Amino acid sequence: MTLAQFWFILIAVLWTVFFVLEGFDLGVGMLHSVTGRDEAGRRAVINTIGPLWDGNEVWLVVAGAAIFAAFPGWYATWFSALYLALVLLLAALMARGTSFEFRGKRDSARWRRLWDALLSGGSLLVPLLTGIALGDLLTGLPIDKSQNYTGSFWDLFQPYGVYTGITLVAICILHGATFLTLKTTGEVADRAARIGARSGPAVALIVIGWAVWTHIVAGKGFWPNPVEIGIVLAVIAAAWLAADRHHGWAFTCTTLTIALAMLTLFTDLYPNVMISSTNAAYNLTIANTASPSYTLKLMSIVAIVFLPVVLAYTAWNYYVFRKRISSSDFAAPRLPGTQPPVHAQPEPDAASEPPSVPEKT
Amino acid sequence: MTTVDLARFQFAWTSVNHFFFVPVTIGLAFLTALLQTWWYRNQNPQLLRLTRFFGTLLLISVAVGVVTGLVQEFEFGMNWGAYSRLVGNVFGPPLAMEGLAAFFLESTFLGLWVFGWDKLSRRVHLACIWLVAAGSMLSAAFILAANSWMQHPVGYKMVGGKPQLDNIVAVFTNPVFLWGYGKVVLASVTTGTLVMLAVSAWQLRKGKDPEIFGHSLRLSLIVLVPAITLTLFVGDMLGVVEGTYQPMKIAASEAQWTTCQPCSFSLFQIGGGNNDHTPVQIIQVPHLLSLLATNTWNGKVVGMTPLQNQYAAKYGPGDYVPNVFIQYWGMRVMAYLGGLVWVFSLWGVWLLRRKKLATSRLFLFAATWAVITPFLMNTAGWFLTESGRQPWIVQGLMLTKNGISPSSSFTYLVISVVSFIALYVCLAALFLVFMLRYSRREPEPDPSVGKAGEPDTRVPSMLY
Repeated sequence: MTLAQFWFILIAVLWTVFFVLEGFDLGVGMLHSVTGRDEAGRRAVINTIGPLWDGNEVWLVVAGAAIFAAFPGWYATWFSALYLALVLLLAALMARGTSFEFRGKRDSARWRRLWDALLSGGSLLVPLLTGIALGDLLTGLPIDKSQNYTGSFWDLFQPYGVYTGITLVAICILHGATFLTLKTTGEVADRAARIGARSGPAVALIVIGWAVWTHIVAGKGFWPNPVEIGIVLAVIAAAWLAADRHHGWAFTCTTLTIALAMLTLFTDLYPNVMISSTNAAYNLTIANTASPSYTLKLMSIVAIVFLPVVLAYTAWNYYVFRKRISSSDFAAPRLPGTQPPVHAQPEPDAASEPPSVPEKT
Repeated sequence: MTTVDLARFQFAWTSVNHFFFVPVTIGLAFLTALLQTWWYRNQNPQLLRLTRFFGTLLLISVAVGVVTGLVQEFEFGMNWGAYSRLVGNVFGPPLAMEGLAAFFLESTFLGLWVFGWDKLSRRVHLACIWLVAAGSMLSAAFILAANSWMQHPVGYKMVGGKPQLDNIVAVFTNPVFLWGYGKVVLASVTTGTLVMLAVSAWQLRKGKDPEIFGHSLRLSLIVLVPAITLTLFVGDMLGVVEGTYQPMKIAASEAQWTTCQPCSFSLFQIGGGNNDHTPVQIIQVPHLLSLLATNTWNGKVVGMTPLQNQYAAKYGPGDYVPNVFIQYWGMRVMAYLGGLVWVFSLWGVWLLRRKKLATSRLFLFAATWAVITPFLMNTAGWFLTESGRQPWIVQGLMLTKNGISPSSSFTYLVISVVSFIALYVCLAALFLVFMLRYSRREPEPDPSVGKAGEPDTRVPSMLY
C-alpha cells in the first residue's frame, strides 16, 4: 500500500467517523422540536448533545483539511466546484452552531421558535448538502483535462448525488431518534422511540434504494458484493430493532449502516477521487492529485500520534456525560444559580413560564 | 471590479470579522482560566462567580468565532483553487494539524468545562479550562505558521516549477512565524484584558458589586501591562523581520519611495497613495524609521521605486507596489493606539499603587471606552500585513491574481459576497448585543450556597 492509498483510506475513515458521530446530533437537531413538545423537553433534547456536537463537527473540518494536505488537487477541484453549495452549507453550519448558544439567551417564546427553526433547518441541510457533495464524486461532474470544474451550480444536482443527500438525511433521523431513546427518559424518550419505530421502514427503503443505485452507478456487475448486502441487512435490522424497542442494538445497527455506506462509497470511488463526466481520462485519481511523499509521511506521523489521543479524550467526554437526561431537570423556571430539581414537577409550557432572569448557558 | 477583487474582498471581509472574535476567545479563555485557578486556590466564592460571569462572555465569543472559522477553511478551496492546488502540500499540513491538535482539544474540553461543573472534580474541571485556553492558542500557532509561509516561504524545494515541502521544521522556525505568532497571542491577550477591564470598569461605575469586580479589574490590569508592553516590543521585532524579507511592505508603510539612510518617520502626512510620491509629511522624527525597520540608528531603508525596478527585473514586468495608503495608515493606527494603550496601562499601575484604581471615575470611564482600541489595532495590523504582501499571494512564488479558482464566476462571487455580508452582519450583531447584555448583568449569586445538606456541594453546570 502506498502512502497516498493510506491517506485515501484515512480520509474515508474521517468521513465515516464524522457521519457516525455528527450523524446523531444532526438527527437530534432535526427532531428536537418534535421529540420535545414543551420547552423543558426541548432543552432536555438539546442538552443530550450539548457537550458533544462541537467536537463531532471537528471531524468534518479535519476531513476537509486532510484532503487539502494529502490531495490538494482533489480539494481544489471539489471545493471550487461545490462553490454555492458550500456557501449554503456554511450558512447551515452557522445557523446550527449559533442556535445552541443563543437559543436560551432570551426568555421569549418567539425568539426560541426562531432558533428552533434554524437548528432544525441547519441540521437538515448539512447531511443533505454533504451527501450531494459525496454522491457527485462517484456519479461524476463536468471536469476538464486540467482538473478544473466546468459546470454550473445546477450541475451539482445530479440525481444520484441528490439521492445520496436524501439518504443521509434519512439515516441521520433514525440514528438521532435511537440516540435520543438512549439518552433521555420518560415522555421524551417515548416520543423518540415512536419516531424511530415509525420512520424505520421508510428509512430502510430509502437506504436499500441507495445501495442498489450505488451498485448501478459504480457499474460493478450484476451480483451485489458483501458490503452492499451488509448495508441492506444492517438497515433492516435497525428498523426492526427500533420498532421492537431494542434501542441499544438499533443504534449499533444505524452506526453500522452509516459505516458500511461510507465504505461502499469510497471503495467504489477507488482509485479515483472524483469522476469526470466529460471524459474518463480526466478523472481525478489518488495518483494525480496526491501530495509528494514528504508531506504524506509527515502527515502520517501527525495522524498516528494525534488520532489516538483525540479518540481517547473524545471517549472520555462521552463517558462523563453518559447519564440520561430528563425533561424534569429543566422543568423549573430559570432562576440563576438554582440546582435543577431532582424530582419531576408538572411541566409548565413555555407561555405560562414566569418571567425570570435567563440562566447562563 | 474583477473576480479577483471580489474574491480578495470576500477573504478580507470574512477574516477581519473572524478576527474580531478570535482574540476575545483566546484572551478570555486565558483570563477565565486564571480566575478559576485563583478560585481553586483560595476558594473565595466571589472568584467563582467571576469565573462563571466571564465564562459566559467567553462562550458567546466562542460560538461566533467557531462558525466564522469554518468559512476560512473552505474559502481556500472555493475561491483560491489554483493556489490550493499549487501549494496545498505545504499549506495544507498546518491546517490539518490545527484540526487534529487544536480544534478537537478546544471544542471537547470546552464541552467538558461548560457541562462538567457538577460531574468532574475541581482539579480536573480546572484542567479543562486550561486545555481550552491551550487549544485556542495552539490553533493560532498552526494558522500563523501557514500564513507566515505566504509572507516568507521556507522549507521547500522547487520541483518542476512547483514548491514541494521538504522541511517542516523550517516552516515552524520561520522567523516571520515566531515573531508573528508572538505578536498575535500577545495582541489577543491584550484584547481579552481590555474586554475584562472595560466590563469591570462599567460595573464599578454603576456601583454594582464593587468588591467582586475590583478583583477582575486588578487581574486584567496586571495582565494588561506586560501584554501590551511585549506586544509593542514583539511588533517592533516583527517589523524588522518583515523589513528583511518583505522590504516593500515596510517601505510602503512609511510611503518611502526613495532609498534613505538614516530614515525619519513622519507622524502624519497629507496626500500620498500610489500616485502621489511626494506627500506633505508632517513632523518628521529623525532616525525613527531606521530604528523601527532595522533596529539600528542609521539603518538603510530601500525605497519603493528601486524595489519596484528590482522586482520587475527579477519577476518580469508588473506592479509590485502594495496599496500605500493602507500600509501608511494601517501602521499608524496600530502603533499610535498601541502606544496609547501602553500609557493607559501605566496610568492604571500608578493608580493601583496609590490604591485608587477602583475609585478613579476618570480611569473607569476611560477603561470602559478603551475596549474599542484592540479591535481597531487588530484590524489595522491585519490590513498592514496582508495588504502589504500584495500583489503576491505567496511572496515571490505566486501572484494573487493567479491563485484564483479557474472555475470562479463573477456572478457566483457576487452571490457569495452578499451572503457573507448578510451572515456576518447578523453574527456580529448577535455577538455585540449579547456581549453587552451579559456584561451588564449582575453576576449570579454563589451557586454552591443553599445546598449545605448535600454531601458534595458541586456547582451546577452551565446548561443550554
